[in-house]
Amino acid sequence: MAVSLTRARAGLRLAPEKTYFIESRLAPVARREGFESVSDLLAAIRARRDEALIWAAVEALAAGETCFFRDRTPFVLFKTELAPQLAAARRGRSVRIWSAACATGQEIYSLAMLADELAMEDPELQIELAASDLSGLALERAQSGLYDQFEIQRGLPIRRLVRYFEKVDDHWRICPEVRRRVRWRRINLVAGLKAIGRFDVVFCRYVLSSMTEEAQRKVAQELAGVLAEDGFLVLGLKESVAGLGEAFQPVVGRPGLYRRNPAFRAAAA
Amino acid sequence: MRTCLVVDDSRVIRKVARRILEDVGYEIAEAADGMEALAWCRAAMPDAILLDWNMPVMTGIEFLRRLRAEPGGDAPVVVFCTVENDPVHIKEALEAGANEYVMKPFDGDIIVEKFAEAGL
Repeated sequence: MAVSLTRARAGLRLAPEKTYFIESRLAPVARREGFESVSDLLAAIRARRDEALIWAAVEALAAGETCFFRDRTPFVLFKTELAPQLAAARRGRSVRIWSAACATGQEIYSLAMLADELAMEDPELQIELAASDLSGLALERAQSGLYDQFEIQRGLPIRRLVRYFEKVDDHWRICPEVRRRVRWRRINLVAGLKAIGRFDVVFCRYVLSSMTEEAQRKVAQELAGVLAEDGFLVLGLKESVAGLGEAFQPVVGRPGLYRRNPAFRAAAA
Repeated sequence: MRTCLVVDDSRVIRKVARRILEDVGYEIAEAADGMEALAWCRAAMPDAILLDWNMPVMTGIEFLRRLRAEPGGDAPVVVFCTVENDPVHIKEALEAGANEYVMKPFDGDIIVEKFAEAGL
């Protein structure tokens, strides 16, 4: 049942034989909600169909891995090529960035630190940052900007830690100037992306590939719809997504980077 | 083969660090304090140094300052690895010439990623 719920609500493909994974993700939810065991939690969901409980379970199963500057190259590329190129094209208007599955915020804060560094070099270069996630719990954590000592050491260069974080007891908190750069929203990618605005760069990494093929096709097309004609989609380095080629073209020599397919633009118009 | 000098007064930490770094292709030498580490460096400069802060005889920060003043002492990439986890200590280490900084407790991924971050 956990598998079918996650599939129906979040479009996520979850192998039913991954019982250990399901058990380990749902155990904290069961504890938090006051159940004796994961099977009691699932029995309650089956009996009551309580939306809050269903979502607590789906969110826990959907949560992915993340770290600061994950894979490094997309961030180097963003700072040295994408942001300057798009800023030149926008001529004084903001370049708009969206982290479409921001989890606990490491990706969008990595981009926010880069936006700050770029603004130091060129005060004209304006970057707007938006972040969303399926999980309300993850969003809350992301907005708090608080990370423990293990999280803070994952991918974050020490000079950026010293420059952008302050120590709060055993945790580190992103400085208010960087946190304030980000707008947050709860968005379920498979529920449709109407009225969320236009973006110049969408980071949507390691999410689509864990979805069902049907959800992959749908979300890929909708992402093309929110992306500016000269904008970029950033996927995970070796992610393959069903139906991606209809809406996007890979940028040669830049793994994980995609532009809109001009042929698709005609279809969307 | 790249060489890394692991400097820590705890034999357990040296052993853990050795295992992590050997797995990613380093040849490891060990020193139990800053003075011993300095002797190692004078004999043969390593490519990298994983450095504890609090040690008897000579602390990590004192070793680092002396290392950077040695001929060829600017070459090794130095990654601090210490329980000192406040911004004051971190800034002091960076000013003394540290390239990266790991706060204990750590795991293998953090060490490997920090080495990559430091350009190794």
